[in-house]
Amino acid sequence: MTTLSFDSPADPILERRRQIQGIAKATVGRRKTYSRVAIGICWVFLVIAVIPLVAVILYTLAKGLPAWSTGFFTQPTKPEGIPNGGVWNAILGTVIIGAIATAVTIPLGLLAGLFLAESDGWAAGAIRFSADVMTGVPSILMGIFGYIALVRTFGYAGWIGAFSIGMIMLPVIMRAGETAIRGVDPHLSEAGLALGARKFMIARRIVLPAALPGIITGALLAIARGVGETAPLLFTIFGNQYLQANPTKPMEALPLVIYNYSSQPYADLIQIAWGAALLLMSAVLILNIGSRWLAGFLQRERR
Amino acid sequence: MAATSSEPLGRGQRHSRFSLPNGGYRAILIVGGAIFAALVIWFLYSIVNQSRPAFSTLGFSWIFQKTWNPNLKKFGLLPFILGTLETTAIAMVLAVPIGLGSALALAYLVPQRAKVLLGTAVELLAAVPSVVYGLWGVIALAPLFREYVEPFFSSTFGWTGLFNGADSGVGLMLAGSILFVMVLPTMVAISRDVLAVVPKEQVEGAMALGATQWQVLRKVVLPEARAGLLGAFILATGRALGETVAVALVIGNSDYIAHSLKSPSATLASLIINNFGEASGTELAALFGAGLVLLAIGLTVNSVARALVRRSGSSGSVASVAVA
Repeated sequence: MTTLSFDSPADPILERRRQIQGIAKATVGRRKTYSRVAIGICWVFLVIAVIPLVAVILYTLAKGLPAWSTGFFTQPTKPEGIPNGGVWNAILGTVIIGAIATAVTIPLGLLAGLFLAESDGWAAGAIRFSADVMTGVPSILMGIFGYIALVRTFGYAGWIGAFSIGMIMLPVIMRAGETAIRGVDPHLSEAGLALGARKFMIARRIVLPAALPGIITGALLAIARGVGETAPLLFTIFGNQYLQANPTKPMEALPLVIYNYSSQPYADLIQIAWGAALLLMSAVLILNIGSRWLAGFLQRERR
Repeated sequence: MAATSSEPLGRGQRHSRFSLPNGGYRAILIVGGAIFAALVIWFLYSIVNQSRPAFSTLGFSWIFQKTWNPNLKKFGLLPFILGTLETTAIAMVLAVPIGLGSALALAYLVPQRAKVLLGTAVELLAAVPSVVYGLWGVIALAPLFREYVEPFFSSTFGWTGLFNGADSGVGLMLAGSILFVMVLPTMVAISRDVLAVVPKEQVEGAMALGATQWQVLRKVVLPEARAGLLGAFILATGRALGETVAVALVIGNSDYIAHSLKSPSATLASLIINNFGEASGTELAALFGAGLVLLAIGLTVNSVARALVRRSGSSGSVASVAVA
């Protein structure tokens, strides 16, 4: 085309193109500088973002490790001034409360997740929406809920803490379960249907096994979130400085120890708080990393 | 994905043959969904019902009165509503540019290998329990703020009038900063997911037209991801609004409206947690009412965010569901 327009009077399109190229060439230096500065700022922000986050972890590690002694893991919490205090009662409480919450919410969450994955009506839509919104409800409200609904009748008890924590975990498990189940290739369940299997069999033998990696990831992440919660426990399990393995009684838990001790003026209690913080953080991070690893592992096994 | 093909034939027969008719199976699923729905209704009913006495004795205006004094039977929530909004605002003013810049860097600038590593690290940090941040704030950051940060701001920006009063360490500034650190991973993780799903063709198209790297990000990627980014912002805001223990530890807990960024203050959540132990009667109802206000703010913020993130079509992995 350009050869044709060589002698002809000014081609408006070519003119316009030249004009644009001229502007682009004239501004390229400025644009490049501008771009470098802006990109540089992005990098700086990334560094700024990483610093406090790394600081939290390193600080907890540095302050918490010295607190880890045999007594820390084997002795119950003791008042300030009495040596060799530990957090054994809190560890036990966190494990028992976490176990109860997990044992109830995983089956229930999976059922509800299957329901959501297999339904598209208005009821499912409403439940899906409320599950989404419930994941964002401030956790303190679940504590208030546990207090109003159960503590007033039954008194402070570990299982009510599990109830409040479970209310936080349930919507997470439901939505993660739904996402995982919807991710299963529909051909698999269609093949099952073609073989005459009932829907229950398809769910149990085909869909759930295939969705397992996603379900496990979701469940472990929900557990990690649940055991780290403090506010719901303050309203429901009350705290207990003695060893208590009976979930119908007030119990102690790691987040409570950290919260209560961190506002104390005594150095030995604060050290226990750091030790407990390191323990809780490690547990949560291990659950998180474990869920990723397990999901990847199961995915590889399949292939 | 051949989920069952590697199993030997007939293996299924060793399992129990227990099965349910389709109707029964469906019924069980419906029961699962119904239990959750019932729990949600029970939850809403409990909170509304228990805060009713506050509304009936104090009238609706009590929410916006500014005196909280249980001895005088005054339970105004205004200082705490303001405290909640102020701490959240400080957190988000910091978190938006830093979170967005980091998310852009994570999605488009960092080399592939580091991308996975840093991305995982950010998601892990979103899982660190809030009480750990609170402990760090009150033990490590409060002295730092008292000795260095607050004096610096007072001497440099004292003329704005925002930094009057004593350097106490705890207060709005510290609470906002802790919230910033806490919501940052949420902000970065979701924004990165949203930014990463911008169609490659658009990015490459802009590059082919001679746009610089920043022009591509600014003119193509950011506008395309706008709805999702707004959703990430609102979700992070919701988290900051409702955070309880970390804020209660570092905000200084004062029942008065703060007049400076260094003043101690309180949020709705920290009010509830600090006064719950000794409260009874109208005060307890007022605390539940504060919970109701918090719930109303949280629900509004969350439903808007969900709608926006969903509209941008980036509801991806199981992990992102859990992070959100």
